[in-house]
Amino acid sequence: MKETLGTTGLILNEPLLWEKGKRGRSGFSLPRRDVAPSPLDAELIGEGPDFPDLSEVDVVRHYTRLSTWNFGVDTGMYPLGSCTMKYNPKTNERQASLPGFAGAHPLLPTDLHQGALKLIRELEQYLAEITGMDAVTLQPAAGAQGELTGMLLMHAYHQSKGSFRSKIIVPDTAHGTNPASAALCGYRPVPVKSNDEGILSLDSIVEVMDDDTAGIMITNPNTLGLFEENIKKIAEVVHSKGGLVYGDGANMNAVMGVVRMGDIGIDVLHLNLHKTFSTPHGGGGPGSGPVCVKSHLEPFLPVPRVIEKKNGFLLSEDYPGSIGKLQAFYGNFGVLIKAYTYIRNMGPENLKKASQLAVLNANYVKKMLSGVLHLAYDRPCMHECVFSDRLQKEQKITTLEMAKRLMDYGFHPPTIYFPLVVNGAVMIEPTETESKENIDEFIAAVKSIANEAKEAPEQVREAPKKCKVKRMDETAAARHPCLSG
Amino acid sequence: MRFLPHTDEDIASMLKVVGVDRLEDLFSTVPGDCRHKADLNLPEPLTEWETNHLMAVLSQSMAVSPEFKVFIGAGSYEHYIPEAVSYLSGRSEFVTSYTPYQPEMSQGTLQGIFEYQTLTARLLGMEVANASVYDGASALAEALLMSVRTTRRKKIALSTLIHPLYRRVVKTYFGPTDFELVELPYLKNGRTDLSKLDKMGDLAAVAIQSPNFFGCIEDLMHIGEKTHEKKALFVTTFTEPLAYGLLKTPGLQGADIACGEGQSLGIPQSFGGPGLGMFASKMKYVRNMPGRLVGQTVDMDGKRGFVLTLATREQHIRREKATSNICTNNSLCALTAAMYMASLGHTGIRELAGLNHDKCEYLKSELKKAGFEIAFDSPTFNEFVVKFPTGFRTTHDRLMKKKIVAGLSLTPYYPELTDHYLLCVTETMAKNDMDDLIKGLRNSGV
Repeated sequence: MKETLGTTGLILNEPLLWEKGKRGRSGFSLPRRDVAPSPLDAELIGEGPDFPDLSEVDVVRHYTRLSTWNFGVDTGMYPLGSCTMKYNPKTNERQASLPGFAGAHPLLPTDLHQGALKLIRELEQYLAEITGMDAVTLQPAAGAQGELTGMLLMHAYHQSKGSFRSKIIVPDTAHGTNPASAALCGYRPVPVKSNDEGILSLDSIVEVMDDDTAGIMITNPNTLGLFEENIKKIAEVVHSKGGLVYGDGANMNAVMGVVRMGDIGIDVLHLNLHKTFSTPHGGGGPGSGPVCVKSHLEPFLPVPRVIEKKNGFLLSEDYPGSIGKLQAFYGNFGVLIKAYTYIRNMGPENLKKASQLAVLNANYVKKMLSGVLHLAYDRPCMHECVFSDRLQKEQKITTLEMAKRLMDYGFHPPTIYFPLVVNGAVMIEPTETESKENIDEFIAAVKSIANEAKEAPEQVREAPKKCKVKRMDETAAARHPCLSG
Repeated sequence: MRFLPHTDEDIASMLKVVGVDRLEDLFSTVPGDCRHKADLNLPEPLTEWETNHLMAVLSQSMAVSPEFKVFIGAGSYEHYIPEAVSYLSGRSEFVTSYTPYQPEMSQGTLQGIFEYQTLTARLLGMEVANASVYDGASALAEALLMSVRTTRRKKIALSTLIHPLYRRVVKTYFGPTDFELVELPYLKNGRTDLSKLDKMGDLAAVAIQSPNFFGCIEDLMHIGEKTHEKKALFVTTFTEPLAYGLLKTPGLQGADIACGEGQSLGIPQSFGGPGLGMFASKMKYVRNMPGRLVGQTVDMDGKRGFVLTLATREQHIRREKATSNICTNNSLCALTAAMYMASLGHTGIRELAGLNHDKCEYLKSELKKAGFEIAFDSPTFNEFVVKFPTGFRTTHDRLMKKKIVAGLSLTPYYPELTDHYLLCVTETMAKNDMDDLIKGLRNSGV
């Protein structure tokens, strides 16, 4: 019998922190007391938090055991569409933890921080070059905050032109953060449908674009993994009515060195460093969402900005048109270091190669799985491809069930039920760091599951069986929320 | 290249399957006038060893302890981080995992964050905490937006003793709205002046930071009472969560929302980010809360487990009607904070907070003895303001050349406070270092 990737193994149970511990244990080396105790008004003093007292062994065992219940990119493949779960280089981690960076206070005078400012300035320049834009801010904390920044920039731009606009065009394939970010800026999203080919048609934009529309939010390649072929003409139409084109750069991994967004009509674009630029996802963050703009939006960028003078780098707030600040300091510097390191290690040719291989991997998967799963759009894809569970309807096996069964085979499921335009969507993005063998193994697993759907559907329905827990009762969790212990 | 596993054979055989000749042909759907023809103008790749050297040079140009003695807090604090915490938070099963949307293979993150939510709620004396937002500043902005949503009112009163950079972020978030921000000034004793509050009506929230930007501990109980008289939400914020190892919690004093910066809890300063936006509220407001929430439940076999829950508040479900646009948060930082709080324990955090307080009081009393003026007489934690003699800037610069940073000038933030400097002492400052600062100040003839 051929062994699959997913197997059983001994992992240990571990209670909650407050279910262990004993009063008086300690996991911390208290620093030496070299000053006398100083009284504090009794009125101000509290009881101290109800934390358990644990030894260092308790803490280390606790979190080591918890970590064994997690799947990570270092464990195996995450073919999650639009997430770009590529390998996270360890050299990135080393650089971010260098004491000179990790221990740096953000508010010291700039001549004590030249290394950090140089890194920020150079990273801005690299991202501007990759995207074909004129200026960059590294301040936003993640993609969503980058989108908010973009919306605020558009708002400021229109305000400067004395133009008040209340709407923004959002395609039906957009990520949920797009309309959510637009709403934060007071824009009412105007939905447009993608056409039968899965992309936006020029006519649908012409129909809705007017003087009351701030512009359009467009993801390119879109969330179906397809290049928005009409983007240049769409941008022209939007611009002709005084609007701006916002680019959601989450799918940048498909086009580095191949397409530069600034050259095809985008005015403002955000990037996700924790996707395209290899910084780790951390179980949900921290990320970083730099925003790149064309020169007409530069005056509105958040402050402070790093400027280069003859004798070094400075922080300047001298931008009266700036939208202000998104974070207290300069952005997630610890994350920026990792993206910087990645770009310096890859170099221009390898960045382009990465995109080419990401697109190769996705097209290979598309070819190999067509007919096994229903292909939503039979067209060349970019770095991700979208299937659905239509072929499994007969056996009444759903996308969700197939996704759960994939875990037993040793893979994290792809993105499911997104984008909303495809019923039962399965969005697969292998990324370029998966080898042909890994992908073949993934394809074999999907084929096996499709077969199980026909021959032994209970195997699929009862999945996952090899994980630490089986399917969770999410309804109960929502109905009677228990959010702390 | 070690991150690109494809060999030429792999590429050739895969191209064959796909049915194109070259990698370039894969981009057939990209119109010719959208293609970038030139090479990217970026530096040539470095080896891993050249990278190590480059980054060593860059990082060594930075002024950090132990070489520099930095007496500045103001939202970024130097605290000791146990090696066990750095080690555990660097485990790649935590670092390289995705958001736990598939709970069966993410129980590590989910239980870890459930524990973080619990410890945060206990630290702040609140009923429920979320799985984190970005930083203290955006946490405050989100708290105020939440107050507007909950009360359906549009006016917010916020103290000028909230961190100036936090208030700027709030202003940015509020920019495109028609919500009104009214600032409450400060008193001579270094606390917030509430007198304006009496004449204000229709308030969504009153926001106060404690300990405040001057390091002074605010009378949250009293402010909470006044806020609730106005039927507004009481929003408290903080930059130094360690204070709550010692002080009465915001929850005990009536906070409806308590939010702030968690960087002090085992997260390196890192030139200002990533930090940790801690966010907690009363349970009755939970459905209006931004950000992810982890909840406890059982699996099909009745085994305890954890899942993301109440997701109908969030952007991927509610889209433009979501409670926030946040997707990626600061999850790994939250997990790190939980590891730190677990390592300290109840006993440890009280002792550590007490030590922080006492060390800071030592510097304050020594400065007083040396004839320097402590600007505000309210009790403080970890930070306080000194009014140095006119022209102290020169002394400050001279001390900096000796690698002592004697506080942060307040004048850029409060123009009326000339020669006022905000000083910070944590457990990392030895008595000798503080004595050296006093010596240095005395020798400058100040």
